[in-house]
Amino acid sequence: MEWLTAASWSPYAVGAGIGALSWLTFLLSDRAIGCSTAFARTSGMLERLVRGRAVDEKPYYRQFAPMIDWEWMLVAGIVIGAAASALLSQDLQWRWVPPLWEASFGPAPVPRIAAALFGGFCIGLGSRWAGGCTSGHGISGTMQLGAASWIAAICFFVGGVAVAHVLFRLL
Amino acid sequence: MLSALHARRKTQLLIGLLAGVVFGFLLQKGGATKYDVIVGQLLLRDFTVVKIMVSAVITGMIGVHALSWLGLARLHPKSGSWGGAAVGGLIFGVGFAALGYCPGTVAGAVGNGHLDALAGGVVGMLAGAGTFAALFPRLQRGILSRGMLGDLRLHAILGIPEWATVIPAALVLALALLALERAGL
Repeated sequence: MEWLTAASWSPYAVGAGIGALSWLTFLLSDRAIGCSTAFARTSGMLERLVRGRAVDEKPYYRQFAPMIDWEWMLVAGIVIGAAASALLSQDLQWRWVPPLWEASFGPAPVPRIAAALFGGFCIGLGSRWAGGCTSGHGISGTMQLGAASWIAAICFFVGGVAVAHVLFRLL
Repeated sequence: MLSALHARRKTQLLIGLLAGVVFGFLLQKGGATKYDVIVGQLLLRDFTVVKIMVSAVITGMIGVHALSWLGLARLHPKSGSWGGAAVGGLIFGVGFAALGYCPGTVAGAVGNGHLDALAGGVVGMLAGAGTFAALFPRLQRGILSRGMLGDLRLHAILGIPEWATVIPAALVLALALLALERAGL
């Protein structure tokens, strides 16, 4: 069982595993893998704590009801699965600042958290604007030959590559 | 199709959780729960993320179409428009570079102990998704309806059968991976 405690697996094995996992979700659940609606639903659930049931009447939440569904459970499972893998390979690292960030911008947590908040905001907004994320469009949508998914996936990387180069080369 | 299984709500929630556990395990083993690996991809220094995604697409593409041809599964291509997919995609891209995780890998990064993913990434994503929900009625009438594509698929654009797109597309993607390896990336 050394493969379970290995520090990393070949990206091709990991990718093939994710592809095979999607066969199972189509077969067993009639669903494609995706992650970003879980964040929209959670946001609605949190807003409901403050504003009450009126939130359910918002047009967006009529389409994506603020509730725990299959995709929400998938995202919860990702946290557990990643933690299990990290524990098995002794790679669970509690830290605020990733090494690559620290090498360019220093070890202070506040700038890193500010950038992460800004980036997270853009991802939350952009993924729902595009109708999917790197999983829903980038993997599940492109494998189904969806035109909107190919456009979205290309734009994720065009935007990401451009801004990463500005951040790390110019700043 | 396993329609009776699909209708069992609690069983489905459990399947969703188990699929997530496997997905999270794979993402962590692949290194995709790490900021350095994802930003390394966006800086075009480390092609791990593209290798994972493209091999997932090749494997998945062949399998889900085979299931569909056998009548065992129904496809779910996403509906969209240029105004949604391209504009939303670029906004996502800005965030992808600033955060260094995406919605799936941010959950994996939390499991990996990375606190920037939790305190910054997850909180920011919840705020961004909530903002989108607030803007949705206006966006829906405006930019999201520009350049409607519906659930148009590549083989329909090309005017050829589904299988005649799936097999060459899988081959082209496999050749792209081979070219990456040959280039030493």
